[in-house]
Amino acid sequence: MSDLSVKAAPPTVDIETPFARFAADYCGSWIAMAALAIVVVLIAVSLLAPLIVPQNPYDLSQISIFDNMLAPGERSMEGRLYLLGTDDQGRDMLSAMFYGLKLSFFVGIVSTALALAIGVTFGIMAAYFGGRIDSTIMRVVDLQLSFPAILIALILLALLGKGIDKVVIALVAVQWAYYARTIRGGALVERQREYIDAAQNLALPAHRIIFRHLLPNCLPPLVVVATIQVAHAISLEATLSFLGVGVPITEPSLGLLIANGYKYILSGKYWISVYPGLLLLLTILAINLVGDRLRDLLNPRLKA
Amino acid sequence: MVAFLIRRIGQSIFVILAMAALVFLGVFLIGNPIDVLLAPDADQIERAQAIERLGLDKPLWQQFLIFLLDLARGDLGTSFVHGTSAVGLILERLPATMELAFVALTLAIVVGIPLGVIAGLRRESWLGRTIMTGSIVGFSLPNFWFGIMLILCFAVTLQWLPAGGRGPTGSLFGVELSLLNPAGWPNLLMPALTLAIYKVSLVIRLAYSGTREAMLQDYVRFARATGLSPQRILGVHVLKNILIPIVTVLGLELGSMIAFAVVTESVFAWPGIGKLLIDSIARLDRPVIVAYLMIVVALFALINLVVDILYSVLDPRVRLSDTGN
Amino acid sequence: MTAVLEVRDLKVHFLTRRGVIAAVDGVDITVGRGEVLGVVGESGSGKTVTGLSILGLIDPPGRIVAGSIRLDGQELVGAREAQWRALRGRKIAMIFQDPMMTLNPVLRIDTQMMETIFAHEKVPAELARQRCRDALGRVGIPSPEERLSAYPHQFSGGMRQRVAIAIALLNNPELIIADEPTTALDVTIQAQIVAQVQKLAAETGTAIVWVTHDLAVVSGLADRIAVMYAGRIVEEGPTVEVLNAPRHPYTRGLLSSLPARNPRGKPLNQIPGAAPSLLALPPGCAFAPRCARALDICRQVAPAETDAGHERRLRCHNPLAAAGVAA
Repeated sequence: MSDLSVKAAPPTVDIETPFARFAADYCGSWIAMAALAIVVVLIAVSLLAPLIVPQNPYDLSQISIFDNMLAPGERSMEGRLYLLGTDDQGRDMLSAMFYGLKLSFFVGIVSTALALAIGVTFGIMAAYFGGRIDSTIMRVVDLQLSFPAILIALILLALLGKGIDKVVIALVAVQWAYYARTIRGGALVERQREYIDAAQNLALPAHRIIFRHLLPNCLPPLVVVATIQVAHAISLEATLSFLGVGVPITEPSLGLLIANGYKYILSGKYWISVYPGLLLLLTILAINLVGDRLRDLLNPRLKA
Repeated sequence: MVAFLIRRIGQSIFVILAMAALVFLGVFLIGNPIDVLLAPDADQIERAQAIERLGLDKPLWQQFLIFLLDLARGDLGTSFVHGTSAVGLILERLPATMELAFVALTLAIVVGIPLGVIAGLRRESWLGRTIMTGSIVGFSLPNFWFGIMLILCFAVTLQWLPAGGRGPTGSLFGVELSLLNPAGWPNLLMPALTLAIYKVSLVIRLAYSGTREAMLQDYVRFARATGLSPQRILGVHVLKNILIPIVTVLGLELGSMIAFAVVTESVFAWPGIGKLLIDSIARLDRPVIVAYLMIVVALFALINLVVDILYSVLDPRVRLSDTGN
Repeated sequence: MTAVLEVRDLKVHFLTRRGVIAAVDGVDITVGRGEVLGVVGESGSGKTVTGLSILGLIDPPGRIVAGSIRLDGQELVGAREAQWRALRGRKIAMIFQDPMMTLNPVLRIDTQMMETIFAHEKVPAELARQRCRDALGRVGIPSPEERLSAYPHQFSGGMRQRVAIAIALLNNPELIIADEPTTALDVTIQAQIVAQVQKLAAETGTAIVWVTHDLAVVSGLADRIAVMYAGRIVEEGPTVEVLNAPRHPYTRGLLSSLPARNPRGKPLNQIPGAAPSLLALPPGCAFAPRCARALDICRQVAPAETDAGHERRLRCHNPLAAAGVAA
């Protein structure tokens, strides 16, 4: 007798993509999740800054010099409330901070991306072609890496002058060598593996082997390095601006705001330096925490 | 061992020469050397005299040789602002920066290694976690902002420490050092702390991962199996192994500390070569910038050399393999 | 003659996130003076953990949860760490598997040898050095004085293992636990080390527990063999008898899977299936799922240890026939 009952649907197998598993692993640490959330929020805030802040701090027509040096929570003579006070030019601190944050992210991410592209290209070429190309490139890399980034950036900016584009150039110049060395190390190992031999035997053109086969497998350590380098770049830009060689004074980044406030510390007008600094610290810390977590997950040696 | 030394010294000299060549190119080829080495307000006669004196009408390779000879003699021009020898100026301010860097380095070692080892041994405990979190905060802190916060807290609010400048110094062989004069120590404290915080965090993390890896090694288990006390295992077996990566990194970091002193000295108005550099950049005092670069390069080459020697002392595998064993 | 080592009903459990692993589940061991006991088993059988627990080197999440370990009549389970330390390297010594990493690469040989002596007694340095030299000589290392000033990486694998053995012998222990000491070495070196150890045991009267997965090694060396499976000893007895006439199906399976015993051209015998995960042990005998002789009772009740005559012990409901008895 045939079975007329409704057959239950066959159990579906949930195929978990590697990315999904990675995401699940990542969320094992609540600190890492909180850090990621903070980074996302900060990026969102900085992108939406023009829409949400009370004042455009770069627009000189919106700033009133008479409102300068107001403490947090004080009202101006017209009754405007400045939540975090104003700086010596009369800029609302809150607005200046968010715009400054946007600048920090811009400089940090763009310079990292560019340095990544340049460094990876050179590094992977060095690893793939070996020989003289390798030793020449690596000698340059080693020479550059033996000098502290801040000195190189300082001298470069002293020569080039102030400006956001020049800061990006300096940061790229300082960072590319680090990526080159990182990826060269990984690529040298991967290069020995059989799938590269196989691709070469198929007479695939070199650039295809490099970019479609070799590169994707060298990515994990790069992801970690790049994340932490964004934090580094942001910190470096702030330092350079503080020293007066970074962004121009009309478009202050967080570093420049802190520098402006430095003069007033001794008289107790702390808010111009303290708040931008806290925001800067939060940003760098959150990015570092994310990078740290990524490193723990992607580091094969510590996988117990 | 001797062969190793000779080879390394040769490498250092090569690096110094390479840098000299770079600086030479930067100064004499790209920029107008007159502008770089002469004050902007010099008149025609002085220019003509300078051209002749500096040999700027001679072929390039001759100029490079003269540059090198001058370098060997320690003569890199006269500061526009101060009117004295650029090299002399830097050497005069160097002790201030060096003592700052050394105190910071000492702090990094003395505080960082024990904390890192403790965190490595007690990873899951509250103490271990706090130390590790602290280390991430420590190296996320923008150096200059931390300095400003210290000033705000200890100098302005609490009024315990002076806000800047170098205090009274003591003299040793003609070198002025704050370390020699206890009255100068309060001034040294905050700048050294600011400079050290990043390094301390780095050392903690290195000591942590080094300890964790070391404890997993068989030789630790074997040492326990022979009945050695935990103190001996930690103090001799583990420590010597983790010191190797730490020494390497610290050596490189000393160089970067000297460079980063630029920031710390600016915040605390500490009269070292860092502050000199920033001032010189702002005032376009180029001979001083050139002198700074050359001296710093030589210093770094020296530090790298010392680190390599130390490394080979600590790790016998390096030392003996170099003699072709 | 009192046994040097008496282990009774030893149970070592590991508390992991996924459950409790009974790595050692009721093991009895007796070793007399000058006797060599071979403990044989696959990885995961519990043999290494047994060895480590005799030295008190079980770290959390592992714990000795039951049983007794007596050295010369002195009870060790529950001893304080200081008492363990006094014994390790002095009365009981251990040799590990991998000679590459057993010695600390950044310390000299004499440092590592002499500190073992100093950890237990106050001896003038020159005398300690003399003892080290003698120990190196005893394990067959030429020019011991030069070797003392050398570093581990200057030795070959076999030499390093000899040094490890020398260190184990320095304080004239009564018992040595050797955990797969020759597995990482070449076959020829293996034979040398085995011969060396045999000689030393005979000379010094030290009792030895030799843990291995390699039946061939113990066959020439051990006086008695204990076969372990899933944390229990399933068969034990004089080496010659166990190897010639195994009674436990697992022992029989191990022996017949040795290539040396296989007639040429025939496919190699294998024990079907795989060793069970210690987290999910079947009820009854742990070997039942793979045993050709399994009865219903085997799947339900774990066999207890029985005396099988001729100083043999067996843990089986349905053992193979004893030699000389009709099947």
